[in-house]
Amino acid sequence: MLHIVNKSPFERTALQSCLQHALAGDAILLIEDAVVGALAGSCVAAELQAALADKSLYALAPDLQARGLAPERLLAGIETVDYADFVDLSVAHERNQSWL
Amino acid sequence: MAVKKFMYINRKAPYGTVYALESLEVVLIAAAFEQAVSVAFLDDGVYQLLQGQQPQAVGMKNFSATFRALGDYDVRHIYVEQESLQARGLCAADLMPLTYEDEADDYQEKSSIHLVSRQALTALIAEHDVVLSF
Amino acid sequence: MKYIVMVNEGPYQHQAADTALQFVRAALAKGHTMVRVFFYHDGVNNGTALATPPKDDRQLQRAWSEFAAQHALDLVICVAAAQRRGIADDKEAKRHHLAAANLAPGFRIAGLGQLIAGCIEADRTLVFGD
Repeated sequence: MLHIVNKSPFERTALQSCLQHALAGDAILLIEDAVVGALAGSCVAAELQAALADKSLYALAPDLQARGLAPERLLAGIETVDYADFVDLSVAHERNQSWL
Repeated sequence: MAVKKFMYINRKAPYGTVYALESLEVVLIAAAFEQAVSVAFLDDGVYQLLQGQQPQAVGMKNFSATFRALGDYDVRHIYVEQESLQARGLCAADLMPLTYEDEADDYQEKSSIHLVSRQALTALIAEHDVVLSF
Repeated sequence: MKYIVMVNEGPYQHQAADTALQFVRAALAKGHTMVRVFFYHDGVNNGTALATPPKDDRQLQRAWSEFAAQHALDLVICVAAAQRRGIADDKEAKRHHLAAANLAPGFRIAGLGQLIAGCIEADRTLVFGD
């Protein structure tokens, strides 16, 4: 399953709920405001670190750039992707769920 | 026509936004297409199923009654996440009694609502072909 | 892959419409096809012909119309959601005795059945919302 989260974890519970419902082998893609949750050292970093053990985490690079967040500041293990990669992720995963 | 398993995800409370009302309209239409339909209520979505809603108090239409018609549309797989209820100080008795008539069992009236754990709901969602969120 | 993309939010208010457009662009560039783009909730506002956004910003509603023309996309606005929010084609305007129609070129108004039929036909369903 490809999970897509678009809201900041500091504003909404979508990312938290997503992490609670994701299975090993799933991919979690942070887009739009959710990319703010990808920074190292935030209060959600530990939860994301734990998820990295058996899930893939991605952040949409154009959304990071838009918000002035340099890729070097991301939690290690979170991969940056562009829209073309986003499409590829949707192909690779038979199912996807947007956490709205 | 192919039959796919549709899962509708509801995570938002009713009335504060339009999502609860308009997502229910999608569920009803999908049922008419004879697809396999499941509806999940988790996080604040559980509030959509509370008994005793009186939205007239804020000048809004009471669409919660439409949930009772789901059984007539053959929507009998309504999943409510236990952890979401508990976190909100709610329990099964707070929910509307939604039922359907089981034609395979002498049209006995049965509950459409299935209380499931987070773990079980996660597995259920993963079994569906199309996951729609609102 | 065949896709159906669902857009649940209006232009400018949320980034959803922008992200959806970027996704559709990227998918088509990779050779995938769009069964349909279905606009629901406030997403129907992407189909207004009456928007005049500032010239130095992206012209979202027009972008959808132009993109639809270039790629023969099927952009469908949900009739029920459109009625609630005041988006109407000529037929709807006549039917409801409205002062005018305002549906942008490239869009058509139809029922929720188009969403479900699209999800059945497509290999992948993507939802962009709030």
